[in-house]
Amino acid sequence: MTQELATSAPVSTANALELEDLEVEYKVRGAWKKVLRGVSLSIAPGESYGLVGESGCGKSTAAFAALNYLPRNGRVSSGSIHVAGKDLLAMSDADVRTLRSTQVSMVYQNPTSALNPTIHIGDQVAEVFTLQGVGGSEAQDRAKAMLQKVQISDPTGVMGRYPHQLSGGMNQRVVIAMALAKDPTLLMLDEPTTGLDATVEAEVLDLVAALRQEFGTSVLFISHNLDVILRMCDKVGVLYAGRVVEQGTVDEVFHNPRHPYTVGLLRCIPRAGARKDQGRLDTIPGFLPGLGETLPGCVFADRCALVQDVCRTDEPPLYDVGAGHISRCHFHEQAQDLPRNTSPVAVTEERPAESSDRVPVISTRNVRKTFHQDGHEVRAVEDITFTLAPGETLGLVGESGSGKTTLARLLLGLTTPDEGSVVELDGVPVAGAIGKRDREQVRSLQIVFQNPDAALNRRFSIKRIIGRALTMLMGTRGEQLDTRLRDLTHSVRFDVRLIRAKPTQLSGGLKQRVAIARAFAGDPKIVVCDEPTSALDVSVQAAILNLLAELQVKNDTAYLFISHDLGVVRYLSDRIAVLYLGRLMELGAAETVFGPPQHPYTEALLSAVPHVDGDERPRIKLTGEIPSHADPPSGCVFHTRCPRYIGDICKTEEPELKEVEPGHFWRCHYDVDELRTLQQSAPETRPEIGVSGGQRGAEPPV
Amino acid sequence: MKRFIATRILLSIVTLLILSILVFVASQVLPGNVARNILGPLADQASVDELNSQLGTDRSLVVQYWDWVTGLLTGDMGTSAIQQRSVFDIIGDSVVNSAKLALLAFLIVVPLAILGGVYAALKEGTLRDRTISLGGLSATAVPDFVWAVLLIVIFPLGLGIFKPTATAPPGSNVFEQVYYLILPAICLVFVLFGYIARMARAGTLEALDADYTRTAIIKGLPQRTVVRQHVLRNSLLPTIAVVATQIGYMIGGLVVIELIFNYNGLGKALFEAAQRKDIPVLQTGVLLVGVVYLVATLAADILYSVLNPRVRLGSES
Amino acid sequence: MTASTSDLPGADPILAGAVRPDTTSTEERAAQRERLRLLLRSKVFVVGALIVLVWVVCAIFGNAIAPNDPFATDPLKDLTSPNGTYPFGTDRVGRDVLSRVIVGARDILIVAPIATILATVFGTALGLVTGYFRGAVDNMLSRFIDAFLALPTVIIGLLAIVSLGPSRWTVILVIALVFAPIIARTVRAAVLQEREMEYVSAAQLRNERTTYILFAEILPNVMGPVMVEFTVRLGYAIFTVATLSFLGFGIQPPAPDWGLQVFEHYGLISGGYWWPVLFPALAIATLVIGVNMMADGIAKAFER
Repeated sequence: MTQELATSAPVSTANALELEDLEVEYKVRGAWKKVLRGVSLSIAPGESYGLVGESGCGKSTAAFAALNYLPRNGRVSSGSIHVAGKDLLAMSDADVRTLRSTQVSMVYQNPTSALNPTIHIGDQVAEVFTLQGVGGSEAQDRAKAMLQKVQISDPTGVMGRYPHQLSGGMNQRVVIAMALAKDPTLLMLDEPTTGLDATVEAEVLDLVAALRQEFGTSVLFISHNLDVILRMCDKVGVLYAGRVVEQGTVDEVFHNPRHPYTVGLLRCIPRAGARKDQGRLDTIPGFLPGLGETLPGCVFADRCALVQDVCRTDEPPLYDVGAGHISRCHFHEQAQDLPRNTSPVAVTEERPAESSDRVPVISTRNVRKTFHQDGHEVRAVEDITFTLAPGETLGLVGESGSGKTTLARLLLGLTTPDEGSVVELDGVPVAGAIGKRDREQVRSLQIVFQNPDAALNRRFSIKRIIGRALTMLMGTRGEQLDTRLRDLTHSVRFDVRLIRAKPTQLSGGLKQRVAIARAFAGDPKIVVCDEPTSALDVSVQAAILNLLAELQVKNDTAYLFISHDLGVVRYLSDRIAVLYLGRLMELGAAETVFGPPQHPYTEALLSAVPHVDGDERPRIKLTGEIPSHADPPSGCVFHTRCPRYIGDICKTEEPELKEVEPGHFWRCHYDVDELRTLQQSAPETRPEIGVSGGQRGAEPPV
Repeated sequence: MKRFIATRILLSIVTLLILSILVFVASQVLPGNVARNILGPLADQASVDELNSQLGTDRSLVVQYWDWVTGLLTGDMGTSAIQQRSVFDIIGDSVVNSAKLALLAFLIVVPLAILGGVYAALKEGTLRDRTISLGGLSATAVPDFVWAVLLIVIFPLGLGIFKPTATAPPGSNVFEQVYYLILPAICLVFVLFGYIARMARAGTLEALDADYTRTAIIKGLPQRTVVRQHVLRNSLLPTIAVVATQIGYMIGGLVVIELIFNYNGLGKALFEAAQRKDIPVLQTGVLLVGVVYLVATLAADILYSVLNPRVRLGSES
Repeated sequence: MTASTSDLPGADPILAGAVRPDTTSTEERAAQRERLRLLLRSKVFVVGALIVLVWVVCAIFGNAIAPNDPFATDPLKDLTSPNGTYPFGTDRVGRDVLSRVIVGARDILIVAPIATILATVFGTALGLVTGYFRGAVDNMLSRFIDAFLALPTVIIGLLAIVSLGPSRWTVILVIALVFAPIIARTVRAAVLQEREMEYVSAAQLRNERTTYILFAEILPNVMGPVMVEFTVRLGYAIFTVATLSFLGFGIQPPAPDWGLQVFEHYGLISGGYWWPVLFPALAIATLVIGVNMMADGIAKAFER
């Protein structure tokens, strides 16, 4: 593929980007701290290079350095940067501007804030051409052509709009159009799809891949998401603490990793098919070294299970392990034998009787919520009916705006549902508003929020946060309180010595443990987990998922687990509910929902997600934007985007939620067998990747 | 947006209604017996009663309030018992005078402060920024009558230029009037400069830090284009609202400035009315000040919403 | 070759993958020290603080420092221009202007802080309630606040003088009444952000009373803006006290209040008698600038 691209690229032998021994420092409180520690990488013409690593390892700094756009407190302290063969550090300001306007482009996270809110989209794109001396109306025409290239269906209409009038995905297309308008030599994408829905992410990634072919642009792709890198890049560099620890072709690095950090990273991700009852996820112990810390030896030594004395004293050289694959590990040959940090043994104990035989711990009937906005009725949640057995996990998935979080808040009583909605705890109907529920009811239903920074009062100590929950929910006081506190912190693996700290002094993972401890303080029967790991790095995510799985078995707690990450949902869930525009589209056992026959929406949602496993099923593309709640489509609300649209019946008649197989419900006009046949005809070759010691459950074909 | 403007106007009317009640209560109810206040403690009860019935202040408060408000709506502001003149005459002349002074001050301060604020933001952290910011802050913090004293001591007394009174002799032309008004206007400029410059600076800094500015720089646009096209468009929007609220503060300043420069404007008229307990002039004048403020902020809100596409067009998604 | 798992750093599952044990509670104290150090290193703050300190000393020890009796009149020495005996000259009834300026610091430094504290307490409470409940309560109060803010302080002072008569307490009341809604607005904006934070939901999910949520959970998180607002308002309060005194509404003669001294003599400026006006005016200017410099430094330190 690389060769193919090279022929279509402009005739240039120079590498698009060449970083040599690049060191970048930031001045923090008067002292210079190293952020990049001798990064060397090169991107050949037409090549796509992925940079992965957890937050704080210096990914974005590398990209901004390549644009000579460091923050005011940053500087390049040594090394060199060549863009398209030219020495960036030797350039005048005017030359740097010319380079930016002709050779390099960048696309980053949060497209909506990257565009000027008070300028028409068309003018913002046209500006790129004006800068190159193209006149008024021609610049507009070219801008329009560019918008067409990024597959915006109504370019004329979009030209006259403002960023706030477009969706995030649409804005990212505009930013990409702007970036490619100058036909750059190098395109840098910094987490371009983070924060977008999986379906939108898939579209944007497809677009980037197609345009890269067309323009022959070299790409630097930065992401924390290994799956995305795998899909988008030829080569990958793994960045850790400001140093590239491993580099090679994507295939080599992901399937034959030769650095313990890469191995650990790959093991942390719940693979498609991995499930909590098959084994715990592996984690990486310890934490990233501090900014600018002096590291005489290997940067990863402190967290490495293979560490030897030499690792702490001698910086490992670049070992060529074949086929351009390099590793900075003294013991790269044993990397794949890295011992696991957590025991692979599954946490499941004897599961108490089949869940369906037990009285549901929570059940809902016709839960709905209508918001009133500017005189419009907005149906956020519509007729949701489900039950949850003790110790069971119900995964809740759907794009943003599908009503997942609203539903959670309705159950908790933080938002009061409409008249006629029924929520029963242990078979007893409860009041809609939290203030009208008794203590027993309040403590039996708790939540772990997405963002622990907002969920923990930053002025309180950990002791006060957890202690107050114990006092209010269980009436625990005095000496007993100290005992309970110790037990509780121990059960979430939180070091009791840190109990006097304030949340701001803790890492994200620790904060989330505190939030989990608080949720479990009242010995709840149900805990809602609202994207509990989406703000965390993958290695920390694995530890939190392990903890949740363990607590569930120990306390027989039921979970309502909300996540946009289908791998995570599948790992933890027994059953899965799929929401679209506030409606329940499909509900069934996890394995059932993840395999055919499945609701067309579920099918599309699943196929949007790239997998490190290299799932190469042809993707089902969802076209169009998510419709507005205020004005939902007639008939089946999904018909405007449905890949398996039947005909008028979908437009006129809303399908009922029906039981198509025992325990498997969906809302679709299709007959179950018909859909099964259609969906099974799709090719199903899914090559496994081999990481010894990693997750390799015997999962059913998806 | 029509909905937004309609709501905004409605809210302003409600606020005005509340304001009129507050003013009525403060000027008419709290001070107690009106005629007694005018005639003094030595007057006999009979003449007090007679005056009260003459003034209509012996009627119920609700009726009095109703009379006052309906009078205002039909253009009848009543009569000042103390000055024996119609309130309309007293206030009308002074409003014109005040408007002249205010206009002059605004014409100077608005461009100056916005320029200063933007310049300070572009030079953030330098000595020039600190000079503008701190200078502006000090100018604003010092009471206007103190500025007036300093300016009078320096210019008319020390250097013999400009006038210590603001009232030009009758029949003066525009330039002569401006010459007389220049010192009081400068006092107002000092007091307003800091607020507006600070807002312009903050808005510009925020826009400079925004992602879209980064996009513009990385596009390779020259710095001047980045500032003109991308930064100022966004940074000056919030400044509009500040300029409008300053109109309110300025009327407060007028009382003091007109007094010290002996200028027959609304501020001085209100001050004298308060001193003489001339209630009809005071309550109508004060309400007028409130109306000016409310209209100014309303206008600013509408202007802001027209200029800001985020408000004008709302969100479609 | 392969190290056994138990020897690994952090292999203890308690610390698995998430802990930064080097962050201890000393860090917070360090942050506070850092804030103080920043404050003391800021020239603006230090100069402002020194100016204010001088006036505070005058306010406390004024009678001991003043070279003459600030109240002693001498009809024979009225309006003496500044000279060796009277560096600042004498006023229209022959009182020593320098002594009156020194002792005059007292009134303004008592009245302005009391008014500001009252305004901050009421404003904060009002802001908490309106920001948290929103809806009808908020709408009602917001209209009242709007109505109040439509009038400049001086105009409200004019109304107060008619309804309450001139006195120190009138000044305090006017300032408290005018500033409380302004502070309430700032606090309300901060509370609107805080109430969306999930720690508030978490408190509801353990049946906390609303007063606890307001004052124990949210209030500590909005103290930063409240502190900044307090120092900024203190500057304005001094401004306002001086202005109201100048208009003759506040502190009454023969008190040596600065604004009052300007009021009593400004009519004489055109006659060339500038000293009984200029020196109290400069006193006001320096105090106000000093307080504002301090406020500026504090605001910058809190922004970090």
